[in-house]
Amino acid sequence: MTTASKLNRLTPYLFLAPAVLLLAVALLYPIGYMIYASFLDWRPSQYIGEAEFVGFRNYINLWNDEAFRESFGVTLKFAAVVVSLEMLLGVGLALLLDRKLRGMAALRTIFILPMMIAPIVVGLMWRYMYHPTVGIFNRTLKSWGLDPIPWLSDGTWSFVAVVIADVWQWTPFIFILSLAALQSLPQSALEAAELDGATGWQKIWHIKLPLMMPVLIVALLLRLIDAFKVLEVVLVMTNGGPGLSTEILSLRIFRTAQEFQELGVAAAMSNYLLILLMILTVIMFVYNKAVENRAARLRAEAQEA
Amino acid sequence: MPTIRFEQVEKSFGAVRVLPPLDLSLNDGEFTVLVGPSGCGKSTTLRILAGLEELSGGEIFFDENPISGLASKDRDLAMVFQDYALYPHMNIAKNMSFALRLKKTPTAEIETKVKRVADMLNIGHLLDRKPAELSGGQRQRVAMGRALVRDASTFLFDEPLSNLDAKLRGKMRTELAEMRDTLDKNMVYVTHDQIEAMTLGDRIVVMSEGVIQQEGTPEQLFKEPANKFVAGFIGSPTMNFLDAELVSEKGKLLARGDGFNLPLPKELTSNLKDYSKREITLGVRPSSFSTDVKTGAPIELRLVVSEYLGAQSTLVTKCGEAEILVEHESSSPMKTGGVLKFGVRTEELMVFDKETERRL
Ligand SMILES: Nc1ncnc2c1ncn2[C@@H]1O[C@H](COP(=O)(O)OP(=O)(O)OP(=O)(O)O)[C@@H](O)[C@H]1O
Ligand SMILES: [Mg+2]
Repeated sequence: MTTASKLNRLTPYLFLAPAVLLLAVALLYPIGYMIYASFLDWRPSQYIGEAEFVGFRNYINLWNDEAFRESFGVTLKFAAVVVSLEMLLGVGLALLLDRKLRGMAALRTIFILPMMIAPIVVGLMWRYMYHPTVGIFNRTLKSWGLDPIPWLSDGTWSFVAVVIADVWQWTPFIFILSLAALQSLPQSALEAAELDGATGWQKIWHIKLPLMMPVLIVALLLRLIDAFKVLEVVLVMTNGGPGLSTEILSLRIFRTAQEFQELGVAAAMSNYLLILLMILTVIMFVYNKAVENRAARLRAEAQEA
Repeated sequence: MPTIRFEQVEKSFGAVRVLPPLDLSLNDGEFTVLVGPSGCGKSTTLRILAGLEELSGGEIFFDENPISGLASKDRDLAMVFQDYALYPHMNIAKNMSFALRLKKTPTAEIETKVKRVADMLNIGHLLDRKPAELSGGQRQRVAMGRALVRDASTFLFDEPLSNLDAKLRGKMRTELAEMRDTLDKNMVYVTHDQIEAMTLGDRIVVMSEGVIQQEGTPEQLFKEPANKFVAGFIGSPTMNFLDAELVSEKGKLLARGDGFNLPLPKELTSNLKDYSKREITLGVRPSSFSTDVKTGAPIELRLVVSEYLGAQSTLVTKCGEAEILVEHESSSPMKTGGVLKFGVRTEELMVFDKETERRL
């Protein structure tokens, strides 16, 4: 290769370098800041440079901290429960509403409304609906002659209440992605299945769901990542209580920084969460890459044949 | 096997009418070939029969039972789609066995069936590949295989061999002909290919713009086409059409035109006894010409190009301004640019009305 052509190959990188560098700094500086902070014993009133360096102490202390472990557990449970429910309901609804009928477009629009409301508003709304005496649920129960439910004052019920609110808000997300996936399925494969004698259920099980799978997996991971970071709805509805029953991780982090003024500990907590989310994201990327690679390989092979 | 009858079947897509009211009967156990130019409604007809398109009017009967209320899966049909319609996520074996698996056929039976059909189609070595990993022709054979493993009463084929090379196509044609003779199934077969239509069809239905032009045995269509369209569609190379006028001379009827003057055969003369118009279209098959001038009426043609096809060549010639195709043995080559003398077998001539294009 001549020097000139080598230079030519480098030119695009030279032009891109400043922008990439700037972007990297902008992206990574806050994260680096947080990672650095997690090794400090740092109060909000202090300049970060004056904080004492404590190594892994924050991490090790957290490992043995009952409250932190509990809130990590609550978060895992919350994410698992809401995402499963949202997947089931969202995919189910999409399968149900994927038909060419009049008024379907309007119905679909209504179904995705909850997603457009600010989480803090959703939290407030549900808090009033769950109100022990004047909320719609307990008033209805009462009018039927049933005992009221301690929605937000009992550990188990408050977890259920928070789950319901989240499912209400985020099922539409799964719904809209599933619907898009359904509508881009190859129609002819469905026609072939019909002629092969498949019933409606069999078409869903053997054709639609497998073909939707790439989209569903991405939707699942996106929702999981989001569910691990939930804050506002829980903050407004239960503020983590009663006890620690709904004390999800972001709330714990918020409290540690705000009320206990332990910025280093809060940063270490965030990093535990970050590590978990990064694992999930890597899984998603690896999966996407695998799907892409496979598709590319198959195309190449088909071309050779 | 049911007898299938279309009665005044109509189909429109929005404002576009694809099939005007159409009547068609498919006899029990018959191999029916649908032919016609691209876009004439062949696939639409098959899809309506399969229940994949709704009727805009009329009714289809299976043995006198109306079926428009019957779902596709209850019509006992197997279909080869023009665009293959394979299941992208299943390997070839799974694609082919899908219907059998839904019916809970024993695994051993599925395996033998799939193996047998796959071997017949030369795709036995591809069974664990996905459709995306196959070439176009291989996919088409899988589509074929998926239909053939089934035990349906009616098989619908939408141009199932269009993507195969000549050799494979020949082999598949033979297999299909064998199936036609051994299996008592209704088969409806759409094709563009003359040879497929002529060799496979018990009966051929020629369509144009959604209208059935003629139906009959291959021989009927070739020898007694109902109109100019059918005459031009059946037979290869295609029939020559020449503008001519009818002239009576010494009690004999002649077709005279630019550069030719051909006596018409007796039965045509009697057919045309009461025909009042003079302007006609004369149809001459490329195979009606002979280099032996004495075997028919003489005609002089100017050779433009000779297209070599092997044992046969197609000569592109001019007669006056009109272009005429002539089928000719390659063993006696012709010089281009020269004027050649041929004899026309006049008993094979056809006469068409110039306006209605009906054969007279
Ligand atoms: N879904 C549709 N919407 C509108 N028009 C359609 C639709 N499907 C088919 N058509 C039209 O109907 C006509 C017949 O189509 P069809 O597919 O039956 O033709 P074909 O005879 O199978 O042609 P080919 O030999 O090219 O496959 C065409 O003019 C086509 O444009
Ligand atoms: Mg077609």
